Amino acid sequence: MIRLTGINRIFEVGDEKVHALNDVDLDVGAGEYLSIMGPSGSGKSTLLNLLGLLDRPTSGTYYLDDVDASSLSEDERATLRRDKIGFVFQFFHLIPRLTAFENVELPLTLAGVEPAERRPKVEAALESLGLMPRAAHRPEQLSGGQRQRVAIARATIMDPPVLLADEPTGNLDSASGSEVIDILEELNHRGITLLVVTHDEALGKRAKRRIHMVDGAIVEDVQQTPS
Amino acid sequence: MRGRDFIRLSTSAIVAHRMRSFLTALGIAVGIGAVVLLTSVGEGIHKFVLAEFTQFGTNIIAINPGVTTTHGVSGAVFNTTRPLTLDDADALRRIPQVLGVTSFVQGNAEVEHGKLGRSVTVFGAGAQTPDVLQLRPAIGRFLPDEDPRTARAFAVLGSKLRDELFGTQNPLGENVRIGGERYRVIGVMESKGQMLGFDLDDTVYIPTGRALAMFNREGVMEIDVLYDPEANSAEVAAQIKRILIARHGFEDFTVTTQDDMLETLGGILDILTLAVGALGGISLVVGGVGILTIMIISVNERTGEIGLLRALGASRQQVLSLFIGEAVVLASLGGAAGLILGVGGAWLLGATIPALPTHTPLSYVLMAELLAAVVGLTAGVIPARRAASLDPIEALRSE
Repeated sequence: MIRLTGINRIFEVGDEKVHALNDVDLDVGAGEYLSIMGPSGSGKSTLLNLLGLLDRPTSGTYYLDDVDASSLSEDERATLRRDKIGFVFQFFHLIPRLTAFENVELPLTLAGVEPAERRPKVEAALESLGLMPRAAHRPEQLSGGQRQRVAIARATIMDPPVLLADEPTGNLDSASGSEVIDILEELNHRGITLLVVTHDEALGKRAKRRIHMVDGAIVEDVQQTPS
Repeated sequence: MRGRDFIRLSTSAIVAHRMRSFLTALGIAVGIGAVVLLTSVGEGIHKFVLAEFTQFGTNIIAINPGVTTTHGVSGAVFNTTRPLTLDDADALRRIPQVLGVTSFVQGNAEVEHGKLGRSVTVFGAGAQTPDVLQLRPAIGRFLPDEDPRTARAFAVLGSKLRDELFGTQNPLGENVRIGGERYRVIGVMESKGQMLGFDLDDTVYIPTGRALAMFNREGVMEIDVLYDPEANSAEVAAQIKRILIARHGFEDFTVTTQDDMLETLGGILDILTLAVGALGGISLVVGGVGILTIMIISVNERTGEIGLLRALGASRQQVLSLFIGEAVVLASLGGAAGLILGVGGAWLLGATIPALPTHTPLSYVLMAELLAAVVGLTAGVIPARRAASLDPIEALRSE
């Protein structure tokens, strides 16, 4: 599903060069559940942005679903991002003036899907996350857990094969946090490739495969034996 | 993205910030309102002035002595030019398309009746004068068609002169003294009102030949040729020139067709309308700057949203269009409000000050609305480009 080879990402801050990713190789199969952990500045966010096609590597190749993503143009990457990748953010990133329904609908709207086709999809997504009674509410009228569930519904509405979650519980209390993790793991059970970036040890340990990063390099890649 | 979704998304931000959007649109509304109102006034004046000039009938060619390029009574002040005479007028009568020829002389004289006297404008006129002036006698009749040199001493009074001299009495058949000579009143003209400050009712009409003698003049001030409305004015004018050149030896007169006059006048008035429209345009520019400002603020505030849109797979182009669309919708809404403001204002102005005519052509309304959209487009481009060029990672981090 995902194959990174010899990935380097160098930022130039002033006249200083920051090596955010240092020769990273990573293979992720379809349906895997990965956690990426590491201290601040270890490059895990940069890696996630790269995987999410929001950023391009300075050198190295990135194959997503057998497509060489590192050679694509800006617009081609936007299309690929739309179809293949779902994002879940720490701060939800819902559009405040749109209702829960409209927020979930947004990717379909941007892709130009007919309204008649959109409605049942969005309703099904909201229904499965227990959000149907909240469909007409705006984000400010929802609790944190509900907001993150709306964000998950939006991230998965295009049926992407890959779901990238950046500190998905970082802004939630533990109850709604575990609720959100249950939903993400349930999605993984149904076949989605799940990558979670987190500081939270407990959350990181739940993943079947754990990656630890330090100073832009992968220092640990542990496959957890099923217990 | 589908068209309707595009509009809905563009509009959602405008609706979300109602107060701010209202005030921004108000700037455009005032600008468009000013443009519409001012051009309405300009266009109204245009129509009004043209109507003032065409009230004398449109199938008239005026011939004045002397060579002047502008229309007006130049008078026989140039000694080198031969005066236009009654014989010249007679000669023009022979052109087949000509329906009537009137020679004009104008001067001031005292008109007396009994103990009352009044100094008025005296017109030397002929039988065709009512056709040329589009003015009919209200009672009695106009001067009869006879040789102007031997015409009888008949006079036709303007309506105001009649009121002043005769009050409610019937003036027909009465004698008046004009410049010391005795005339019999045979008619009274209907009221025409003022034209450009010149009272057309405080006048008296007497035969041209007698007026020439009264003012001791050789030539007339103007010959007006009334021609068949079906005929080509340029052709008639050419024939007039040929005949007069044959009689005078060279062109020492000016032939002005109504078309020439209206064209010149229309050109001047168009510039007037354009000038007042441009004045309104200044406030429209200010409104455009308002949209520019609010869109820049909006892009700054919604950085996170822009990052999200990009993460969800929106292309730079889509982000660009969304923000331009927002500016255009904002400006168009303001423009529509401005149209109501401008058209309503023009109507109100016309209703309260009847002397100030207004006229709003539909094409102006459509053009004003289009102009509003273009202002929005122009003002939206810079902020939208800024939004589209944001790095999505930076944008997502901004919250």
